[in-house]
Amino acid sequence: MKLEDLKKIREKHQKDLILREGDARIRIIVGMGTSGIAAGARETLNAFLEEIDKRGLVDVIVTQAGERGLSSHEPVVTVCEKNKPKIVYGKVTMEIAKKIIAEHIVNGNPVSSHVLEINQ
Amino acid sequence: MRKRLDVLVCGGAACIASHSHEIKSRLIDEIEKRGLSDEINIVETGCMGPCELGPVMVVYPDGIFYIRVSESDIPELVEEHFLKGRPLKRLLWETPEARKIVEDKKLVPFFEKQKKVVLSNCGRIDPENIIEYISERGYEALGTALTAMSPDEAIESIIESGLRGRGGGGFSTGLKWKITRKSPGEQKYIICNADEGDPGAFMDRALLEGDPHSVIEGMAIAGYAVGADRGYTYVRAEYPLAVKRLEKAIQQAREHGFLGRNIFESGFDFDIELRMGAGAFVCGEETALIASIEGKRGMPTSKPPYPASKGLYGCPTSINNVETFGNIRHIIINGPEWFKSFGTEKSPGTKVFALSGKVNNTGLVEVPMGITLREIVEDIGGGVLDGKKIKAVQTGGPSGGCIPAEYLDTPASFESLQKLGSIMGSGGMIVLDEDTCMVNLAKFFLEYTSEESCGQCAPCRIGLRQMYNILIKITSGKGELSDLDKLEEMAKTIQGASLCGLGQTAPNPVLSTLHYFREEYITHIEEKRCPTLSCLDLITYQIDADKCIGCTTCAKNCPVNAITGAVKQVHIIDMEKCIKCGKCFMVCKFGAVQRY
Amino acid sequence: MSKLQILKKYAKTKDNLINMLHDIQNANEFNYLTKDDLELVADYLDLPYSYVHSVTTFYTMFSLKPRGKNIVRVCQSPPCQLMGATTISEELKKILEIDFGQTTGDGLFTLEMTSCIGVCGVAPAMMINEDVYGNLNTERIMEIIEERRRAQ
Repeated sequence: MKLEDLKKIREKHQKDLILREGDARIRIIVGMGTSGIAAGARETLNAFLEEIDKRGLVDVIVTQAGERGLSSHEPVVTVCEKNKPKIVYGKVTMEIAKKIIAEHIVNGNPVSSHVLEINQ
Repeated sequence: MRKRLDVLVCGGAACIASHSHEIKSRLIDEIEKRGLSDEINIVETGCMGPCELGPVMVVYPDGIFYIRVSESDIPELVEEHFLKGRPLKRLLWETPEARKIVEDKKLVPFFEKQKKVVLSNCGRIDPENIIEYISERGYEALGTALTAMSPDEAIESIIESGLRGRGGGGFSTGLKWKITRKSPGEQKYIICNADEGDPGAFMDRALLEGDPHSVIEGMAIAGYAVGADRGYTYVRAEYPLAVKRLEKAIQQAREHGFLGRNIFESGFDFDIELRMGAGAFVCGEETALIASIEGKRGMPTSKPPYPASKGLYGCPTSINNVETFGNIRHIIINGPEWFKSFGTEKSPGTKVFALSGKVNNTGLVEVPMGITLREIVEDIGGGVLDGKKIKAVQTGGPSGGCIPAEYLDTPASFESLQKLGSIMGSGGMIVLDEDTCMVNLAKFFLEYTSEESCGQCAPCRIGLRQMYNILIKITSGKGELSDLDKLEEMAKTIQGASLCGLGQTAPNPVLSTLHYFREEYITHIEEKRCPTLSCLDLITYQIDADKCIGCTTCAKNCPVNAITGAVKQVHIIDMEKCIKCGKCFMVCKFGAVQRY
Repeated sequence: MSKLQILKKYAKTKDNLINMLHDIQNANEFNYLTKDDLELVADYLDLPYSYVHSVTTFYTMFSLKPRGKNIVRVCQSPPCQLMGATTISEELKKILEIDFGQTTGDGLFTLEMTSCIGVCGVAPAMMINEDVYGNLNTERIMEIIEERRRAQ
């Protein structure tokens, strides 16, 4: 591994992401640090997967990350959509996860009651 | 100086599209023009919610919600509302939704005032995917250090940055590396202290779970700098997820050649092994940690010699904290001047604090050193839960002390907190409100440290237990005024005569609470009363004759039959029999059971 | 995997002692270390039995007495205490019908106090084996215990 190789890996990953985003319109990142898990993030993750499966949404992927830090509002979930600002949700229970799929992912209306932050 | 008004201007995408940035600039100009800059704080926030009504603005402390604000409204707004105290009616949004958002928006500045350096990847990347780490310039610092810097240059860079140990010691990281490098011996080691045992601290856990590679990279750079080819990460067993993520990350780093032999074809070899703790707080102390890694009982040894000259297996060892390692790659990539550009002169950079207790927004807060405690608790933390009054902030875990409310404008830095009799410690910050009993709190900490004492030196083993016993006396109504002198005397002895940091700092919570809240101790002793009703033994229960309807619920629930009374007759509690379990208070539906 | 196979994952060096003790204890259904386990480790590492015993008894997470299949550790540290750990502790004692340090008659649960488990932001919290639960209240505790009972 040379230093230049790192750059190549980064570039390839960016390309892969674009390719993946060709297939995946939306990426849902569920915070899976221990604070999140203690507050039910595993159930939230499963609720997303179930709902996506139930609705046959092939262009939505769900991944995990560590904790962003706002423990009092766990489980925390970030929704990333191509060319749109990232939306960070808090207190995402299984029911809210289903609501996010129905209202935000499918119909394009963020669930404003649970929005924590919007990032460019 | 505390500002009189906080004006939150929405910086969400929709509001920006509706020119909220221009509004913010106009606001800043206008208040400067009127000489109000010292009194009014303008903050740009994340999305507040009602995007269709933007640009929106909220003015605290009253929570006045303005919608559809335009640039031309600003002069009138500043004149009428900020100067004359008359909110502009035509822009007001007074609906239940507005009220709810105002309440919820206490959390909005949570992310705004933070500066994420160490935690920049946490919550954004998949910690189990090394490619995502590499995409965020991961391992570039290691590559740069190995191919473009000498070990001495790497050390100088860290010394120049002013980075101080984030585990609580605050010792110059670069200097520690320099001493380790210069100490005689072929074999050297790097140890990452991930035995985060301070109650209230969880910064290291989050970093290990959320961005383990950043710690691995920091350790590898440290290894290069000091001349070590082996590193150990000592993680407490209470963090199984951190252990799992770290194991996976180490494996992936090996697979990609970032650990192992001839890294980046530089000739430098370095590998890391994981060692677990097993439930001993004392193993956070570096010599005890070393003993534990060596497979022994975690008993500290006296210093000097310090691990940097004689550590693991008698070899020079640099032991650094998780967060300290998390800073290294950023300093190597961005340079020491960048690091010094935020924070304070003696404490540059950021610090991750773990905010918990009676505060609205709990969690991890990474801020430049020097930000005030008030900003952390009120702006970022969203203020005290349930609108109660803040009493104090406990910092530094069992080695620290309390900063009472009147000192909240103290900057959070190594030197400022020390001046007030506390320490920054590893970063735990527990918010205490008016219902917290400071004597009880001191008792908790003593209970903890006396349990965790390794037992080898008498002042700590016996002294802490005796101090704890006195606190039990006081909180159960058997204290005497002379106990306070005994506590102070014992504290001095234990501090002076203990072998290691656990004993040396364990009396701090008692000394700190005695210093700032002595009258609370005296009330417990002289009046046998706990003002916050936390010390159960000191609570007296009485039934209010005006409220009691004689439903007999309390009598039926009393485990010791201390309550007498016929149906529809006022009941009476026999305080001789009462065991102060509080059952009657909990079950009475009429508020007739009084506690004082 | 036999216990010896578990040990063979590690080099025969003393610094692997604590990791080994963890693995062996986790392999025991009742979450403890027997005399035979300590003998096995001592032999493997060529250490005196008394040495292994002394290390085992220093660290609070090791038990030489059988415990339940589920070790319920309730955090007693100040942030959890401030947010109601005492109430949670009392509820657990009531639900499990045991005191701290005891194991239920069916061998399912042992109740223990623990120091900070590092999830102070979602206090009050507890750990059951390696699973962490936060934002606890009476209903949640009952749900969690029921779930565990059903999973047996």
